[in-house]
Parts: sequence; structure tokens; C-alpha cells
Amino acid sequence: MEERGMNQRIKDLRRQSETTVPHIYIERAVLMTDAYKKYEGSVSIPELRALTMKEIFSRKKINIEPGELIVGEKGDSPQSTPTFPELCCHTLQDMQVMNDRELICFKVSDEDMKIQEEVIIPFWEKRSMRKKILEAMKPQWKDCYEAGIFTEFMEQRGPGHTVGSRKIYEKGFLDYKKDIEDALNALDYMNDSKAVEKRDQLNAMSIMCDAIIILGERYAALATEMAEKETDEARKAELLQIAENCKVVPAHKPQTYWQAIQMYWFVHLGVTTELNPWDAYSPGRLDQHLNPFYQKDVEDGILDDEKALELLECLWVKFNNQPAPPKVGITLKESSTYTDFANINTGGITEDGRDGVNDVSYLILDCMDEMKLLQPSSNVQISRKTPQKFLLRACEISRKGWGQPAFYNTEAIIQELLNAGKSIEDARKGGTSGCVETGAFGTEAYILQGYFNIPKILELTLNNGFDKVSGKQLGLQLGYGTDFDTYEKLWDAFSAQMKHFIDIKVEGSNVITQLYAKYMPAPFLSIITDDCISRGMDYNAGGARYNTNYLQGVGIGTITDCLSAIKYNVYDKKKFTMSDLMKALESDYAGYEVIHNMVTNKSPKYGNDDEYADEVMTSVFNLYQGLVTGRDNMRNGHWRINMLPTTCHVYFGEVCGALPNGRLAGKPLSEGISPEKGADTNGPTSVIKSASKMDHLRTGGTLLNQKFTPSVLKGDEGLEQLANLIRAYFALDGHHIQFNVIDRETLIKAQQNPEDYKDLIVRVAGYSDHFRNLSKALQDEIIWRTEQSFN
Amino acid sequence: MELPYIINIQRYSIHDGDGIRTTVFFKGCGLSCIWCHNPESQNYDRDVMYSREKCSGCGKCIEICPHKAIHFEGELPVTDRNICEKCETCLDFCLNNARDIVGKQYSINELMKEIEKDRMFYEQSGGGVTLSGGEVMSQNIDYLLPLLKKLKKSGINVNIDTCGFAPSESFRAALPYVDTFLYDVKHLDSDVHKRFTGQGNELILSNLRMISDMGAKINIRIPVIEGVNADDKSISDIIEYLKNNINVFRVNLLPYHNTGSHKYEKLGLGYEDELLNVPCDERMEELRNAFTTNGFPDVKIGG
Repeated sequence: MEERGMNQRIKDLRRQSETTVPHIYIERAVLMTDAYKKYEGSVSIPELRALTMKEIFSRKKINIEPGELIVGEKGDSPQSTPTFPELCCHTLQDMQVMNDRELICFKVSDEDMKIQEEVIIPFWEKRSMRKKILEAMKPQWKDCYEAGIFTEFMEQRGPGHTVGSRKIYEKGFLDYKKDIEDALNALDYMNDSKAVEKRDQLNAMSIMCDAIIILGERYAALATEMAEKETDEARKAELLQIAENCKVVPAHKPQTYWQAIQMYWFVHLGVTTELNPWDAYSPGRLDQHLNPFYQKDVEDGILDDEKALELLECLWVKFNNQPAPPKVGITLKESSTYTDFANINTGGITEDGRDGVNDVSYLILDCMDEMKLLQPSSNVQISRKTPQKFLLRACEISRKGWGQPAFYNTEAIIQELLNAGKSIEDARKGGTSGCVETGAFGTEAYILQGYFNIPKILELTLNNGFDKVSGKQLGLQLGYGTDFDTYEKLWDAFSAQMKHFIDIKVEGSNVITQLYAKYMPAPFLSIITDDCISRGMDYNAGGARYNTNYLQGVGIGTITDCLSAIKYNVYDKKKFTMSDLMKALESDYAGYEVIHNMVTNKSPKYGNDDEYADEVMTSVFNLYQGLVTGRDNMRNGHWRINMLPTTCHVYFGEVCGALPNGRLAGKPLSEGISPEKGADTNGPTSVIKSASKMDHLRTGGTLLNQKFTPSVLKGDEGLEQLANLIRAYFALDGHHIQFNVIDRETLIKAQQNPEDYKDLIVRVAGYSDHFRNLSKALQDEIIWRTEQSFN
Repeated sequence: MELPYIINIQRYSIHDGDGIRTTVFFKGCGLSCIWCHNPESQNYDRDVMYSREKCSGCGKCIEICPHKAIHFEGELPVTDRNICEKCETCLDFCLNNARDIVGKQYSINELMKEIEKDRMFYEQSGGGVTLSGGEVMSQNIDYLLPLLKKLKKSGINVNIDTCGFAPSESFRAALPYVDTFLYDVKHLDSDVHKRFTGQGNELILSNLRMISDMGAKINIRIPVIEGVNADDKSISDIIEYLKNNINVFRVNLLPYHNTGSHKYEKLGLGYEDELLNVPCDERMEELRNAFTTNGFPDVKIGG
């Protein structure tokens, strides 16, 4: 294992984080159950949720690891992972699978297993959200869900998908209590029919403030106690400072750079202990938030760059100590990783529109470079105003090959947010989180609802709506492929089927949204997200200033090549008939090698700046975008789309038979907006041109992966040209681009000898992961991504 | 007008001059250098390319060929180039993609459209288009000149990558529309030159001198090959000549590599490279120093 970190302290903490095996932390579930038994029925649901958190934060085991400067864990130690039985009550078999599985495993002790069986399952089995959700779904929804037409994010994890703003550093929780008090006093019981509901929500938020303040006090007490026993004078002083910090935050606003980071971390623990929201929580524009503290502390002589970097590295370890909550079933397949997607945006522009790069921005780049950790996902926002020096430094790190930082286009993000109705101020404060998702930080609940399998819809279209894989009639009966004697007729049928399945998906999610609003409010997240307090509404019920639902389209490269191959070979050039093609698909191209060759190697493909294929791509994109955008989301907001897959393109591929682009049955689909593997043969500028024909500004994020051989990017020239590629893509309104810079041979060797390549990290899709932790299918997928090795 | 054949349009070329460039490889060259990396570029016509490595010997091409131009010799298909009409029918049926036809014609407008595709990248990076080959300067000047004028008018930076073996009139006509010439110099001794490239160097050197006198921006490129020109004498001859006659802004020393050999097989040609050797890194450094100490300001190893 490679030792990284600026000094011995960081090396030790990092090693502990990297070598500790993730394991289940059952105490949260136990305390949650106790609290429910104690309070349920006597208080409102929001208050009940807040009281359970108070119970947890008052009683959970807390710890300070040797050498730590930033304190607090979601569990009781690094890599200890709480469960959330109120959302998903794991069966004993689930627990056993988690313990035994080779990838993304979580160790479960016999004691945990016993508690799960005797305490957790009996209480939660019939009342978990997962149970409520599955009971509320129609049979049609279930059939489609099981067939892999779409996934449902809320099935095992809570909504979240949001990011903190500057506010976290400007107020303490006692200040929030005051705001809540004011909102309570302003309630209009005379005229507002929701006033009582609002009262309950606000009371819950107030209790939540108490809960987090208690946690801070306990850490202050623990640090003081440890300092008393500490014999090493230097460590004693650190512990006393930690105690001092925890007396200030989270109750009051932070005074120093160190306290500002500790404040963020307490907030992170609050959000991720309250529920298990997707993408954990993120500090967002961390460089901008920390910079005022940095400047002041440097001025006051209490901080230098070395100390400032050390504290950042401590924070990085903290993120890395928290694996994503354990997932099972389809949810595991769509997001098969320990990464919990906390994502830090560096650079960009300021709220008043100036270049946002500052001293802390460069420190964050140094930290990312030195730590080389999966978590947090680190990215840079590049605006037209971003200095070339910053871009080149980011390229230099990215060229090292492990996928961080990814590059985001500030101007595109702002346009996307403005298009979705945000004010210019809120848009400029925004950025991206999770993989690539755009949001207004601190003011928006932008919930990803699930992935949508676009190529699968074509498969169903060709088969009269019948799914051969699940053996069920899922779609409309509009005829078979052979019934469509023109491309236009095929297209019309495909469009109608798309609408049919998107209707089913959206209807299901809208029901789930209402279930969450009713049963699973998030008062802690509501405190820190504007305008939940002033509206007296919960985050999960539409209390945020902006509320968006995203449906993530998967397989645009694959579907484009499929439709393009049909249009070109069957309708335009008449090289073979639809009937020939259908037979070829049915036999997975066995015995139809000539057709396979034509569709695979002799047809127009997306990713080559080829108008024939790219026009198909824009048609599919516009269709999908048009069918989703603007639908009501039940939270005073609308549905929108983004184009990202996490690991879902592998799962969606498993449920598709052979496809008309030559992809064989069961193989992964294309990921993000990247071309199908091996389809882009014209170099990176062509990929960028093709990808930019999609109207990125109508999305909430797109994901483009590029793989380079190291030799292409070597030297100053390679670096300059990489930076130029990024600038040009962004001038064309591209949203995001990321790079893998590892040659195929290395990846193949790593697949054969995983033990020798323990440290190998690759970019997957909007996040990086250890190569050894990826499924074989995903490893293959990355190995065979087209390498851009031109000279 | 007879349109020239183009072998390939390579985008994102970053070692062929400044910035991100698109390189257009024209087909046909008056030289036949024995080390040529792109033997498919020597002939001015379309060519059938065949890869013995990829071929499974299934015989599908023989079966399908409408002109009966392919027959088995032993286990492998052989194309009779006199019969083959290059209709491309066999390509769809070759499951191993062992067959290809090289050479495609583009009208000036069609070619401009291809070049324009990466304009964004040229402008961002200070790049442009590189016309190469084969030999671009020996192509039909009635095609080349309007193309160059169009490129100039469009504000696209133009590099001409040339071996110099082409009509002087073409150079004279093209010069006002070319930003930089990437000009190959291989050997000063005309006999040696002829032995290795099939032609003497008189025309090449006189063209070089002419465009230098006319004020062209010249980037000299020297393929460095052990066994041909990597010795002290050959190099110092080149240095002396350039120093005394040519206005050079940059020199690229391109170490020979032998990756072209498999292509000869594909084309059914022989590759006489046993005389040739790859120069070692130390030798390349020595040569770079030789140029630098003679006052050449910008000397690079490699593209």
C-alpha cells in the first residue's frame, strides 16, 4: 500500500482509513428503535424524527482517533457504517450477503446479526419505507422495475442530493434556533390551514439544533478528558484546541479556519445520520467558503499554508472514512461502489461574477494530488475567467490518470440553473454534486429519482412491447420491427413506447415523493437548506427554494448507434431487411456474422462528428428531454433530465438482448454521453464535437469520459493540448469531461493480478474507484473504452 | 478536374506543427524512400489493403467479388490488382476487417467541410490544418491552389508538410497562402539520396532555396536513420547547407522507427529495411547539440 500524506500524522490517518475493512455499525439502528418505542404516537412525525436524532447524538459512542484534528464519525470509528432500518430493514440474508460478497462487502459481527434478528427486524420489518413504497406501487410499475426499464433511487436510500452553502459558516445552531423561533412566532393560526403542520416541522428543526449541539458538547468534553490524560505536550495542546473548537461549533458560528472545517464536518454528520441520503452531503464551494477564514487567520499569524493543508488532508480522511450505506439488490447494481459521492467544487466564479480561484483553491488541488483518495470526489469548475495556471495545475493532476479532478463548465452550470428558473445569484452559488448533477447549493433539493434504460425501449419497440428477457408484455402493442416499413414509422412507435414507460416511472416516483414527505421528513437538512425555515416546510416536502427531480437517461451512445445502424442498413442502403436483423438479434448474431460486421464496423456511429449518426442522437435526446422536462414533481417543482449512469449501464446491459448496433446480449451499454466502446475512431476532437451537439443547457448534467494513453498527454505540449480540449468543449457548452490516463495493458495486468495493483484507481462514471473493487463486467468495460492514442 | 485521392484525415494531430491540427494525407509521392512509414501513400491511385494477420482465409471475399478479382493462393486470398475495380463489395463481407480500400476523393468544398469541423480547436490552441501525404505539393495544382486560397480566406493556419520533390511552379504558386512549410531534408549527397529515395536531391534543394529566398517560414524536418544519415559527415553537411542558404525557424530531428514494415506486407510490397537502424537517444542528443551549437534557435527531437 502506497503511503501518502504530507506528514506522519496524515500518513497514519490515511493508512487507517484505507486499510480498515468497512463494517456494520448497529448502534444507530438500536438507538433509533429505542427512540421510536419511547416517543412514537405521543409526538408528530417530524418531532419524532428529531427526537430520535437527539437520542442518537446523546447516547452513541464517540471517539477521537490518535492524531486527529477534525473529529466525528458517522459510526464509532473509521469505516463503521450505520444502517437505516426505517428506510430499508435488511433481512438476515441481506446481512449475510453483505458480509460474504466479494465486492463492496461490509463485515457483520455475530452480535450485530443477533441484534438485527431480535431487535431490528421485529420492529421495522413491516414499517420500513421500502415496504411502504413497494406496497404502493402498481403491478405494471413492479414489472418494469424488475425488467430493468428503470431504477428507483428511493427504494433503499433517502432523498438528499444536495450541497451546503456559505450559510453553514455564517451561523451557529443557536442562531438557527433563533430563526426557527421567529418563524414559529410568525405563524398565522387564524388564516393558514397548514399552520399546525408548520409548527410541528419547526419544532422538529429546533429539537434537531439541540441534538447537534449536544454532539458538539460531547466531543468538547471527550477532548478535554483526553487532554488531561495525555502525556505528549504537543498532542495535549491539540486536544485542548479541539475541545475549544467544539465549544464554539456547531453551537456558534466558526471563528477560525480550523473551526470552519470542523463546523462543516458536524453538519455532514447531522445530514448523514438523520437519513442515508444519496450522495451523502457536500461542502460544495469549499475554497470560497474557507478563504475568508484562511485570509484572516494568516493575517492574525495563527495559520500558514502547511497547517491549512494539513487540516484539509484531515478533512479528506474524514470523507474517506465513510463508505456509502450498504446497498442490496438493484440499488447495489446501479451504484456498485463504496463511494458516497460527496463532491467538492473548486474554482468557478464568485457570487458577484468574478473569477473564484483563490489561495485555498490551490491548496485543495495540492491536497487532492497528495491524498489520492476516492472520497471526496474532487472536481474543478472552469470558467472563461479561470486563470490558465489553475487549469494547467488541474490538468497536471488529472494526467496522473486516476480521474480526479473532473472538469466542469461554470458557464454551462449557470445557464442550466437559469434555464431551470434560478436567480442569477443562486445560480452563481451553485455547482455540481454526486456525479455531475447541477444544483443551486444551499437552496435546492434536486433529487435523482432513477436511471432510465433508453436502448431497452427500442428492444421492446421491435418486439411489439413484449420483453423476451422477463417474458412479460410491458409496453404498448404497436407492432413488430418488421411491421415498420419506414424509419419514420419505427421512430413513431419508439417515441410512443418511450412516453409510455416514462409515464409509469414518473407516476411511481411521484407517489414515493409523497410517501417521503409524509413519513420521512428531514428536519436537520431542512435547517440548513433555504427556505425551509421561513416556509415552515420540510426538505422532503418541497420546503427548499427550488425543487427538482432528475431522471437519468442511460445509453445515449448505444441507442444512437442502434437507430443509426437500422436507418442506414435497413431503410437507406437496404443492405439487409428488418426481418434479417430481427433474426440476427434473436440468435445473438450467431450465424449472422455478416450483419454483425455491417452494424458494428460499417455503419455511422456517434462520437465521430458524423452528421448521420449525430442527428439520430439529437433526435433521441430531444425526445427524451421533451418527455420528461416540465412534469410536476409533487414538491412545488418540476422534473428534468440528466445523462449519467454511475454503474447502471452495466446492469441495464444485463437485461438487454443483442441490440441492432452489434452489441451482444448482456454486455454493458454506453456510459454517460460517451460513445459506445470502440465506436469512436476519429479522435477526441470528434468525440467532443459529437457530444456537444446535444443541448447540454437543457439538462442538469451530462457525463463524458475520455481515455487517453499516457503518451498522448506527455510533456508540456500534451498538457497544453489537454487544457485546450477542455476549453474548446466548454466553449461548445459541454457540461463535464473527465479523463482516464492509463494504458490498456496496465488495466489488463491489474485485472489478472489484482494483488499487485491494489492502489490502482480509475475513473468510472462521475467518480473514481479502486479498480479491484469493480465487477469483472465493469473492469472489462473500462479496459475496452476506446483509447485516444493519436499522434 | 481529376480530384486527388486522400488517404486519411487525421484530427487531433498535436505533433505536426503548432496547436491542435487536422492533417490531410494526400495519396501519391514522387519519392519511394525505403524507410517510408506510409507505403500506401506512394501510389497516386486507390489501393486495396489486405492484412494477412487479420485474414482467417474464409474465402468469403472470393465468393462475393463481382469481378472475380480474388483467388486463393495456398490458403490465403490474393487480389489481382489489374482486375479489381475497387468497388468495395468485399469490405462488408470481410468479418475480420482484413480488407480495406485506401484513397477517397473529396471536392474542395467537401474537404473544407471536414477541415472546418475542428475550427474551434484550432482557434483555441493556435493550431490549424497540415496538408501532408504522400506528397501534397505534387498533387494537381488546380485543386491545391483554390484549396489553399479558401483556407487562407477562412483564416485557418496552413502547414505544408513536404519532401520537396514537386514542381517548382507549384511551390511558387502556393507560397503566399502557406503559413509554414514543414520541409524534409534527408541527405546532401545526391547519389546517396537517390539510392535511398529513388530520386536525386537537386530539385528538392532548389525548391527549398527558392521558397526561403521568397520569405517562406520554414521548419526543417530530418528523419534521422542509422545507416543513412545519422553519421557525423551527413549531419554536418546538412547543417552547413542550411546555415549558409536557408532561413530556418525550427528544426525537428525525427528518430527513425520501423513501424511501417507491416504495411508493406498489406500492400504486397517488399520492405528493405535491413540496412536501417533506429538511432539511440544519446545519438539524438548529440545531433541536437550539433544544431544548437551552430546557432539554430529551436531544435526539437521528435515531432
